[in-house]
This record gives sequence, structure tokens and C-alpha cells, in this order.
Amino acid sequence: MSTLMRLWRNLPLKAKVGAVLFGLFVLCAIIGPELSPYDPSYANPAPNLLMAHPSAQHLLGTTQTGQDILSQMLVGIRLTMELALLVGVIATALSVIVGVTSAFLGGVWDEVLSVVTNVFLVIPALPLLILLLGYLPQKGQWATIIVLSALGWPWGARVIRAQTLMIRNRDFIAAARESGEKSWRIITLDIIPNEVSLIAASFVNTVLYAIATSVALAFIGLTNLNSWSLGTILYWAQSQQALQLGAWWWFVPPGLAVALIGASLVLLNTGIDELGSPRLRASRGAAKIAGRRIWPTDPTPVLTQLTASRGRLAAFAHSFSRGSLLDETPAGGELL
Amino acid sequence: MSPILEISDLSVAYRTPGGDVRAVEQVNLTLNAGEVVGLCGESGSGKSTLAYGATRLLRPPALVTSGSVRYAGRRITSGGDPVDLLTMNHRELRKMRWREIAIVFQSAMNALNPVLRVQDQLLDAVQAHLRLPRSEAREKVATLLDLVGIPRNRLRSYPHELSGGMRQRVMIAMALAADPEVVLMDEPTTALDVVVQRDILAQIVELKETLGFSVLFITHDLSLLLELADRIAVMYAGRLLETGTADAIMRSPAHPYTQGLLNSFPSLRGPRRELAGIPGSPPDLRDPQPGCPFIPRCTHAVAACAEVDMSLIPVSGRAEPLGPVPGVGHLTACPIVLPQGGAPQGGTAQGGAPKVSQEGVLS
Repeated sequence: MSTLMRLWRNLPLKAKVGAVLFGLFVLCAIIGPELSPYDPSYANPAPNLLMAHPSAQHLLGTTQTGQDILSQMLVGIRLTMELALLVGVIATALSVIVGVTSAFLGGVWDEVLSVVTNVFLVIPALPLLILLLGYLPQKGQWATIIVLSALGWPWGARVIRAQTLMIRNRDFIAAARESGEKSWRIITLDIIPNEVSLIAASFVNTVLYAIATSVALAFIGLTNLNSWSLGTILYWAQSQQALQLGAWWWFVPPGLAVALIGASLVLLNTGIDELGSPRLRASRGAAKIAGRRIWPTDPTPVLTQLTASRGRLAAFAHSFSRGSLLDETPAGGELL
Repeated sequence: MSPILEISDLSVAYRTPGGDVRAVEQVNLTLNAGEVVGLCGESGSGKSTLAYGATRLLRPPALVTSGSVRYAGRRITSGGDPVDLLTMNHRELRKMRWREIAIVFQSAMNALNPVLRVQDQLLDAVQAHLRLPRSEAREKVATLLDLVGIPRNRLRSYPHELSGGMRQRVMIAMALAADPEVVLMDEPTTALDVVVQRDILAQIVELKETLGFSVLFITHDLSLLLELADRIAVMYAGRLLETGTADAIMRSPAHPYTQGLLNSFPSLRGPRRELAGIPGSPPDLRDPQPGCPFIPRCTHAVAACAEVDMSLIPVSGRAEPLGPVPGVGHLTACPIVLPQGGAPQGGTAQGGAPKVSQEGVLS
């Protein structure tokens, strides 16, 4: 528990914000459907509930057919998150497998796998998805997941291959091989742990790609329109002319949800990046010394200068800080 | 001889959540014009922190907690008062750097940009600090390479096409680009084998003679300094333990630590003797103990050592007069132990200070 707490405290602020935000959406996906006040598909025929403004009964208003939008959101977030996370796991696993094996085995394997990766990389993803999903007999959740995973891995595979090539030439890999370790042990114990931050970033990026693409596909109607996801809510809002009729409560919440999930993932991604390479973190922020912000490019601060040039108000404020205790420590004297 | 760089009472700390790490503690060191001063000490003794702290190159959480660094170069002061590097702002420091005080960094491997040609990197330094037309700057770069004995056709090479020794020479050439008066050299020969090392040292001495700059030479290799330096300062746990001419340090090392260092490498001539290292490891700088930091490893330690105030005092019993400039004589921080090897001593610094006796040895 305490190690978890320490990990959390050491996270950059960006990552904390991203994690909290993303956690909220995950929570929503888990318990959302139980919380939804109405059946999202139930069209209430009451005339005053057609395209009604948000009210106490319907917190996010209703659609043109009298369906409760809050319920649709709560149910829809689950489907979208489920799809995105599954695509993230499958595509990242594929990219790790392809990337690491092609770099580690080298030779013919590398050639073949690289060619395959490059072919997948140059396929224009969205048009192909539209084609595939348009012709697939049943365009449900699973069809989308499979097609998105099949097209989402090559970017990660190339990055991971490049990183593996670099690590493979390090001396500790040579040492492991020399001591008779099997290839799979070297890969799982020596190479992959060195790529964790890269794999995590690749996963987060893939999830982001899956959410954006699945919402886009649903928006143009290429999904099972009888199920509720953030994309289908937007599809119906668009096809029922919510924008023209000024029913902002219909398209703003799902749009905002997509944007917030995306933002949380980007924040998580940069946060993981900083966590993985502390150098990135150290070179960014200013250090606070004796109550002053010192940037990495500044000359080494001199204590007497710092305290002498501090204004009276600033000095007063500083005297309350923990750092001020250090200022008074005489040279060579006892430390706190 | 006039002091060109006078570091007095300098303390540098790294401010960490666990308290200050006192990496340099009240160090006084003077560099005279045209002189090579060697600064030696083991890893983590604060020698690099001292040099970079004095030139304000350390990044936070480093903090200069006390002292002054007075620089009295001809171009800057022209006979007036020396300037204090510690009161300068960013812009003033930028003018000082390279033009007045230049640095040869520790590992040429990392200090040279691998994707730029040697020529372009040298040009960068020249154009940033001297206002020269492009053609003159190119000529200047070529003469810089001549200075360090690299053929001009190497100008268009990338760093990876040069040998380690050549890379180090390029770094030295770069430091000399703006004709500085003081050159700090931070272990410039550490990664090189002894033959190349010797070549480069000879080159440094030759360049120093012709161009007339002063050198602060940082290394962990005392034997190298004995040959190269005019004066030597021995550093341990952030403090200076002994300063003196190379000759004095070699013939009669006064501090037990210096004696230990000198006993840990063989000499080419003279009788065979048992080599003795210094057992133990340096103290934790976050938690300084009173008195001499060397107590736990010192074979001469007595109870009085814990009260030593670590200021440098003249080594007693030697006829060597103190020069007109402070810090020129042979000074030691240890008032207890007698200098080794010298002529019979008249007494110890503290008059009737005890000779080393077994009863007083600290555990």
C-alpha cells in the first residue's frame, strides 16, 4: 500500500489528472448501466418529453423520440470503453510480438515481418475500415474490435522493433546470451522490462486511436445502430438534426465525453513518458531553492544573492516555508 | 605572480529532501597567472563540484551557500578590482565564459555532438564568443586544430571518425577558441591510455607556455599531477586537506590522506616496498561529523582529531617561507600528524601537540 502511495506521489501532475479522469470513465463503464435511470431505448411517447430540455427527471434531456440521454450515455460509455481497451490490449500485444521477434531474431524473419508491418502501415486505415465494415455480414462490436486491432498494431510494432534493435546490441544482452539463457527468457526478462514505458505509451496511444476511430465509424453509421455507444448517440443526434434544432444536450455530452477520454489519455501518455525517463522531468520544471524558482539553464544560485534580493513580503512568506529552515543552517553545523 | 582566480570560503551544497549534501565545504584555493594547479581527490570528493560551482555551471538542486570567487583577468579588470563570479547575472557570466574562463569537459565522447562535423562545432564556439567574419572564423578554427596537432584535413570529420585522443584534443582546441586566461580541465585524460595521456599532457604544458593561460587541472590521479602541476591541492569529502607545491607534496606529504595516496602507487625507481591502499570508503556528506572527515579511515586518528577545525595551516618545521600570495606555501589541515619524509621536524603546529600514540587511537 505504501509503495503504491509513493508511486502515486511521484507521478507527474499531468499523469495524476489523466489517471483520475480516465478512472472516472472506467468507473462509469463498470457501474454506469446499473445506474442508468431509464432503459436507453425506451421511447417515451409523452408529447412534452420529445426533445425536452434537461430537467430533474431527465438530467441530460431527451431525444426526439423521448429517450433519456443520460441513460444512453451511461450505457454507451461502457461499450465504447470496452471496445477501446480490448483493441488496445490486442493491438499492443500484436505490436510487441511482431516488433520484438523481428528485431530479436533478425535475418529473414526481420525482413518478412518488416515488410508485413510496412504494408499494414501504408494501408489507408479509415477507408479500408469503412469498406470492410460496410461489407461484413454483421457489423457488431466484435467485428469493429477485430478490424481495428488488425489495423492498429504496425505503428507500435515499428517503434518497438527500433527500440529492441538498440537494446539487443547492449552488452548485458550479450552477457545473458553468453551465460546460456534461452531466447524467450532474454526477451521476457531482459528486453521487455526495458521497454515498459514504450509499451505503455503505445497502449495508451492505441486506445486513443480506437476510441477516435470507433466513434467516427459509428458516427457515419458503420456499426450496430441498435446498441448504445458514444458513437451511435452522436449518429442519432446527427441524423435527427439535433444541431439544426438547437438540442445541444443531445450532442454536447457524448462529444465532451469523447474529448475528455482523449484528453485523459494524452495526459496519461505524456505522464508515463516523464515517469519512464526522469531526465525529461528534471530538465523541465524549475527547482525551488530558498523559495525561488531556479530553471535548469540558470547559473548556479548563490544563497546570499537569493536571500538578499528577496523583497520584504517575499521574505516574510518564505520564513514560513520548510525551506527557510535550511537557510539558517551554519556551514559545517548540524543538519536538520 | 598574481592571483588570477581566487576561490575563498566556497561552499556548495546539493539541496535534497533528506537535507543538504555538503559537496564542497569552505574551500580556499588560489590560481596564479600562468600556473598549473592540480586538484585531486577520489570520486565524490567534490572536485568537479568545486570547479563547476565556482563557474556557476551547476544545475539545481546545487546551491552555492557561501564564499566568493574573484577573477582578475587582464581584459576584464585592467588593473582594477577583481570581479566576483558569484554576484554576476546570467548575461555577465555569458561574457566571462570561454572568453575568460573555459572548460575542457570530462568525457570528450559526450561533450562533442555526434551529428556535427568537428569544424562546425569549433565554428560555433568561435562565432558565439568572438565577433569574426566567416572567413576569419574558418581560418581561426583551422589554426586551433594546428595548435593541438590535428591535421587540417580532419576539419570535415565527424567525432566518431576520430580516435579518443584526437577527440580530447578537439575539446582542448575548443576550450582555447576564445583565447581564455583560465582553463579548467576536468579529468581530460581519464578515458585514454597512458601513452596518449602523456602526449596530451605534454601538449597542454606546451600550449600553456605559448599562450600563457592558467590551468586548474582536476583528476583523481595524483601521480599524474606530481609531474604536471606547479601546485597541488588534495581534496577529500568536500574539503581541502593539503595544498603545496608538487615538490613539497611528493617529498613530504603532510596529511595522512595524502600520505596514503602516495603510498598506493609504485614509483619507478627506489627500493621495492609494500603498496598500501586506504581502507574504508568516504563519509556520507549529508551527515558531516565534527572535526576531520578522514578520521574513520585514518591510521593516525586520535581523540583530538574530532576537534580539528579543518582550516589550512602552514606545515611546521619547514624553512619554506610563505609567499607574498596567500595559499602558496605548503599548507595542511592536519595539525596532528608530522609530515612524512622531510628533514627532522622542529615540532608540530600546535607546539606541544601529542605525537601519535597508541592509547589515543580512535576505534
